[in-house]
Amino acid sequence: MIVPLSRIACARSGDKGEGSNVGVLARSPAAYAWLERELTAERVRAHMSGINLGGVKRYASAELQLLNFILEDSLGGGGSASLKTDAQGKTHGLAVLRMLVDVPQEVLDQTEAGT
Amino acid sequence: MSARETVLVANGQGFWGDSIIAPVRLVREGPLHYLTLDYLAEVTMSIMQKLRSRAPDAGYATDFVKLIDRIGPELVQKNIKVVANAGGVNPRACMSAVLAVLRKHGLHGVKVAIVEGDDILGSLDQLLAQGHSLANMDTGAPLAPFRAQVTSANVYLGAFPIAEALAQGAQIVITGRGTDPGLVLGPLIHEFGWKPTDYDLLAAGTVAGHIVECGAQCTGGNYTDWRSVPDMARIGYPIVAARRDGTFHITKHAQTGGLINVSTVKHQLAYEMGDPRAYIGPDVSADFTTARVEQDGPDRVKISGVKGQAPTPTYKVSMSYSAGWKALGELTISGPDALAKSQLCARLVWERLAFDGYHYAAHERLEEHVGSGVCHAGIDGGTSHEPVEVVLRLGVKGPDRAKVDRFGMELVPLVTSGPPGVTGFAGGRPKASEIIGFWPALLAKSTISTKVEVVAS
Repeated sequence: MIVPLSRIACARSGDKGEGSNVGVLARSPAAYAWLERELTAERVRAHMSGINLGGVKRYASAELQLLNFILEDSLGGGGSASLKTDAQGKTHGLAVLRMLVDVPQEVLDQTEAGT
Repeated sequence: MSARETVLVANGQGFWGDSIIAPVRLVREGPLHYLTLDYLAEVTMSIMQKLRSRAPDAGYATDFVKLIDRIGPELVQKNIKVVANAGGVNPRACMSAVLAVLRKHGLHGVKVAIVEGDDILGSLDQLLAQGHSLANMDTGAPLAPFRAQVTSANVYLGAFPIAEALAQGAQIVITGRGTDPGLVLGPLIHEFGWKPTDYDLLAAGTVAGHIVECGAQCTGGNYTDWRSVPDMARIGYPIVAARRDGTFHITKHAQTGGLINVSTVKHQLAYEMGDPRAYIGPDVSADFTTARVEQDGPDRVKISGVKGQAPTPTYKVSMSYSAGWKALGELTISGPDALAKSQLCARLVWERLAFDGYHYAAHERLEEHVGSGVCHAGIDGGTSHEPVEVVLRLGVKGPDRAKVDRFGMELVPLVTSGPPGVTGFAGGRPKASEIIGFWPALLAKSTISTKVEVVAS
């Protein structure tokens, strides 16, 4: 079933030098297993290519049930050099959560939606 | 070392500009042993250094002195200790101002401490001469060619000097640049007698500090499921309830708004995260993935199991340098056809500047049509939904101040010489402001000596 990523995950983002980080938190163990397999660095890079001019690096933690993405050049220079409205990447987490993904029904069944 | 089973450490300030009422409420609305306050960001140090160069008794967070003026008597009466990095680039002047406020309230004999040693601006040339390259951690570039542009240079000190100040009886500890989590870790080291080699315990205190360092960002602020957060207007700021064994709870005062659950805490764990297995600080390298995060009652989350390893032999250095000029301006464009008119306005500005001989390269130029999807460019379709109005944001940057100022003169004329419906220009011509560049580097710990000084009011 096609759903926005926000159906199975939460996120928080912030600045990190000239880039930003996006922590993607699974809403259930089933969701984590799916995210760990499907939400690759390449997929996030492609989705965020209108914002991030650099590469994307991914860290995965099954213990914390989260994926952490580093968007290496997403702030238009970073810090006080940036002219962009979102110079600190505050909204990048929500941008990732808007990705439309095809998630198996059984994963959705095991994952409570947010509010 | 104290006999307390559980030590309560709250954070009432996530950055300079955060709620001024939050620390007051923390002191008044429930029990507390320590109040921490974080005022410093990378850009703040440079601004403070500039203020100090104009006035020798400036260069610290003046908000902090106003806060002590407001809550000083209650702090003393309730014996709540305060740890704040309000000292900026001038902890000594901050201490003098705080002592004066305490005396004004008739509070005598209250001990105020400062931690010094983080400011290396004065010894930069010597360090470079000794062969410390202070190369940029991100780009690898050596500092020497940029030396003349450096406006502030501070190492991120650890938590042990804070613990030392508390051991000397300080009621208020004022630091300059230290790590944000260190404001929480310092009191825990002092209370529980943790040693420099107790890496798991230091890692636990670091994780605790990281979770609360942005104030309400762990109690329901900036939370994905924002509709589930009750009473956000009276959102409670976070409290670490820590124990000697390194386990701790994240809580808030009863009757406050907001929400603490496993998800709000994990949201903040992920904030500004790099490699979750190696959160490197001056006192310990913490492995965030070892943290067990469990709900333990309403608005109460328990964290246990945190592991850490020995820190590196270097301090992280935060330097700022003058990196050119920028100017930004906004106009509001009403509909109909708001986006098309906004795009026309932008084109007119760039063409009129070019007509006068001013050209700006693509990377020196910003053009945003706010309302058409600028935060999520390329994701929400941008122009697929016609906005009823648009805020046009135009900006330029570069090394030539006059060229940046020239841009600022070309916005207002659009009100009468562009399409209809251009309004909302209240601020006058945008003027060039200085870009403060950030230069992260590493420096051998052996080059730094810290100093703690305690003075009674």
